[in-house]
Amino acid sequence: MAISRRTIALATGGVALALVPPIAALTNQPFYVDLFRRMMIFAIAAVSLDLILGYGGMVSFGHAAYLGIGAYAVGIPAFHGVESGWLQWGLAIAASALAALVIGAISLRTSGVSFIMITLAFAQMLYYLGISLETYGGDNGMRLAGRSRFGGLVDLREPTVFYYVVLAILILFLGLGSRLVASRFGMVVRAAKSNEPRARAIGFSPLRYKLTAFVMAGSGGGLAGALLANQTEYLTPDFMHWTRSGEIMFMVILGGMGTLFGPVIGAVVLLLLEDVLSALTAHWQIILGPILILVVLFAKRGLFGLLVGPEARDG
Amino acid sequence: MSISLALVLEQTLNGLQYGVMLFLMAAGLTLVFGIMNLVNLAHGSLYMVGAYLATAFTERTGSFVLGVALALPATLLVGVVVEVVALRTLYERDHLDQVLATFGLILFFNELIAIIWGRAAIFTSVPQFLSGHFRVLPGLPYPTYRAVIILVGVAVAILLWVLVTHTRLGMRIRAGASNRTMIAALGVDIRLLYTLVFGLGAALAGLAGAMAGPLYSVQPGMGEAILIQVFVVIVIGGIGSIRGAIVGAIVVGMADTLGRAFLKPMLATVISPPAADKAGSALASMSIYLLMAAVLFFRPEGLFPARSRS
Repeated sequence: MAISRRTIALATGGVALALVPPIAALTNQPFYVDLFRRMMIFAIAAVSLDLILGYGGMVSFGHAAYLGIGAYAVGIPAFHGVESGWLQWGLAIAASALAALVIGAISLRTSGVSFIMITLAFAQMLYYLGISLETYGGDNGMRLAGRSRFGGLVDLREPTVFYYVVLAILILFLGLGSRLVASRFGMVVRAAKSNEPRARAIGFSPLRYKLTAFVMAGSGGGLAGALLANQTEYLTPDFMHWTRSGEIMFMVILGGMGTLFGPVIGAVVLLLLEDVLSALTAHWQIILGPILILVVLFAKRGLFGLLVGPEARDG
Repeated sequence: MSISLALVLEQTLNGLQYGVMLFLMAAGLTLVFGIMNLVNLAHGSLYMVGAYLATAFTERTGSFVLGVALALPATLLVGVVVEVVALRTLYERDHLDQVLATFGLILFFNELIAIIWGRAAIFTSVPQFLSGHFRVLPGLPYPTYRAVIILVGVAVAILLWVLVTHTRLGMRIRAGASNRTMIAALGVDIRLLYTLVFGLGAALAGLAGAMAGPLYSVQPGMGEAILIQVFVVIVIGGIGSIRGAIVGAIVVGMADTLGRAFLKPMLATVISPPAADKAGSALASMSIYLLMAAVLFFRPEGLFPARSRS
């Protein structure tokens, strides 16, 4: 059997990401370790959004909220002297899952455009909550007291070590995602997307499945937030700003909605584009905006589709 | 701080005034959604454009009334151009595409404004002849400018009601909202109708922006803060319904304003003042979203769901 274009693309991508630190070290450009780590963190957030957006048809416009919750779940314990990464990251996942449970339980009562607006409004609410937390910096945010500690296991203060931790989490997350999407659970969620009455007619209660998927996506976002706080060593309510939600959504569309690897490409390309454009002019958003519109209008299948060909559905 | 009756009345009027601004925004947004089935995030950008144009025209002409009067048709024109160039192709797309494309428009507009007028906030003052206070009740002075906003809003609401229920254009708008295919089959130029409705919505957003200039700071991104509150208004009121937009706007305007004014002192009677200070400000900024969650819990379709949408 011939090796498919998809396998080649994935293998190339994986190897390329793994080679970033040595190449950066050789060319003496440590900046790229930082940039690509950031890309992978956003890739985790984008993949988690795609689980509900692409596979579940739930257009959540508030995904940055979980990013923020995850970040604060690292920042607040660190502020009070609790540096254990196990505790912080566990809290990040648990807290964002709980928030997603509440938000999902209310939002999923509606659908379509109400759902978009409500998820956006809830994210905005959490954004204002972040601003009002004056103990933790309020509007300006605060410095992270220190990166999460994992005993003697790994040292995140070492940039390369942190890079490979993020890469490992991303690969794990993608593996988990592909298992999930192909599972019975994933089938029901996808069935509910393509035809909800029919899914109900064959005896499923889609709401529970959709809510579970929503919570999983939220906890994925929370994990990405915990990583992001460690990445920037700073956290502000801006992590939850609604433009951030829009950006994550755009990563999904740009890379290819309803694919697992598309959002990874989307995250890499968008952040690269922002990096290039912002070096070009301070007013880079005036270029990014029209690019976004053009992508939506003419390239909806996403970059992963272009790369892999018409058989891009990776289940 | 004690709560006096005069203060309550004054804050109630402030809430009404904010509700009026929200209504001007919500009316256009909900009409566009009801008729074209378009989610337009860039509606906030038209509010911003209206505010900047009014400020610029006021400076040029030296007259606030003339500035606002010129900003209205100018914003309408901007709206029509946006509709024809970018949005027209989006009507047949799904909501996700619309959200993303109009998100792109927001980035574009915010940056364009920043290039033309800079990123710093512009502060304008209330025009001389509206700057005083007048007495609503004995012992209760109220800023004339805010009162004028309330009056303008009420007038616009009445005009809009007459337009929608008593004119031929309004009949077409209602027909378009309930069955788009049928009205096109009956020979109405649906594209022209869409452009008109969008322009009308843009002008209303521009009016809100123009009047907001002297009250709030005029800066890039000012449209999005209010836009998300307008979403809350529409979700509470029921998407596509003008009546829902009115009720939702008043409810949200009141809840936000009164929450900011009275939650802290009210909490302070129950818990310690420093704690009340923190919890109060957090609760006040979250109040309308909690209200929205409560409404949705009982009525997922909103208070006044539009009867038919296909």
